[in-house]
Amino acid sequence: MSVSIRGLGHSYAGLRTIERLDLEVSEHEVLGLVGPSGCGKSTLLELVCGLLEPGAGTLAVDGGETGGERLARCAYMPQRDLLLPWYSALDNAGLALRNHGLDRAEARERAAALFERFGLAGFERAAPAELSGGMRQRVAFLRTLIAGKPLLALDEPFAALDAITRAEMQEWLAVALKSDPRTVVLVTHDVEEALYLSDRVVVLSARPARIVAELEAPRPRIPNRDAAVTDPAFVAVREQALRALHEGSR
Amino acid sequence: MRRWLLPALLLAALLGAWQLAATSGFLAEALGLESFLVPSPAEIGESLWQNRSLLAENAWVTLREILLGLGCALVAGVGFAVLMHLSGIVRDAAYPLIVASQTVPIVVIAPILLVWLGFGIGPKAVVVALICFFPITVSTLDGLRSTEPDAIKLMRSLDASRWQVFRRVETPNALPSFFTGAKIAVVLAPIGAVFGEWVGSSSGLGHLILTDNAQLEVAREFAAVAVLSAMALVLIGLLALAERRVVTWR
Repeated sequence: MSVSIRGLGHSYAGLRTIERLDLEVSEHEVLGLVGPSGCGKSTLLELVCGLLEPGAGTLAVDGGETGGERLARCAYMPQRDLLLPWYSALDNAGLALRNHGLDRAEARERAAALFERFGLAGFERAAPAELSGGMRQRVAFLRTLIAGKPLLALDEPFAALDAITRAEMQEWLAVALKSDPRTVVLVTHDVEEALYLSDRVVVLSARPARIVAELEAPRPRIPNRDAAVTDPAFVAVREQALRALHEGSR
Repeated sequence: MRRWLLPALLLAALLGAWQLAATSGFLAEALGLESFLVPSPAEIGESLWQNRSLLAENAWVTLREILLGLGCALVAGVGFAVLMHLSGIVRDAAYPLIVASQTVPIVVIAPILLVWLGFGIGPKAVVVALICFFPITVSTLDGLRSTEPDAIKLMRSLDASRWQVFRRVETPNALPSFFTGAKIAVVLAPIGAVFGEWVGSSSGLGHLILTDNAQLEVAREFAAVAVLSAMALVLIGLLALAERRVVTWR
């Protein structure tokens, strides 16, 4: 089991955000977490990543239970791309390598090798401000991937993008994960996005977050997003998810 | 072009008006003064040229006081800001005192410094440093603390050590604020130097201004003021240049 959460509870500023939550994620599984906004999805993700310590219960990522162990096993991608404006696209992508002690030239070389595959060729030296929203998000994802962690924790990775770019990025991420499988926990408020990208979707209730429903994404996965989301099986699961979301919001 | 031309034209117009008002005797009459007490820009220019070696000698004295004081304030200000940023205990203990210390007027301290440090460059440099320390410290600390918490989380998830977070995220993030503080300091520094000289000195532009005032050498007094502001302008220009070279992402 890649991620194992037992009896997790957490409070923030006197508010109970998560209560007695149990959840498991297997290796190379993509788990989608959806829930009403403010329900504690992002907190859950930060707890998994070792950026926060739980108030109650245990969390383990690949067997590592302490904050430091979880931090070492998870790569966190926050909602906003948070590319550092003082670094080029290439240097942003290679940040983890630099933190691991590689010198600038080596980090650049290894990050540059992936730029083409990510549709970023030619933009190595560009400043983040010169990139489009979709490209920034790809650099941010590349930065997360290059860290070489077994678990990717993605917090609403495409929330800031317009609808068309978002759809493109979802297709792109599905392909990227197929060629480089990782265990992924994907937090989103978009049920469609969760079902299209994940193997399994967990619907959380309003605060304090508990699990309302667990849904298997329709199989076989249809690569084309437009075709996938209009497939009757997909539509049926989406209805189920939306109903669960609605119930959990009350 | 517009950035330089418009202020230059305005300056020329103001000087022209002053010239006319002074040479026609209108200015002296309006102020009820002897005309030699109200020099025209041309007379000031003439005095500037005639007294060039005297002015240069005294300007060099004042410039050294400014640079020494400013240098000390930069080192101490940035050092203190970093220390207060890295240690909550130091910040909580020292910050209120640093703010409170600003309520002690330099006017009161300068004579004491004279007693302690004598008539040399020491007390002047200390006055400059005391004045410049505050804006540099406060704005640098502010810049360091304004780093987005999410950017720090992201860096931690990318395996950054505390030092790497400081070096790659917090320091660049603080640079624009640091330069803002340094610019305020550069504007204040000549005031500090001149004031230090007024309290007790035998050379420097402040000393020259004081003696010229007593001897009614008004034209040379204006010339000294012009040299002082020219010096400050050059310093601000150099700082702006440094900022543009360092803070390339704005």
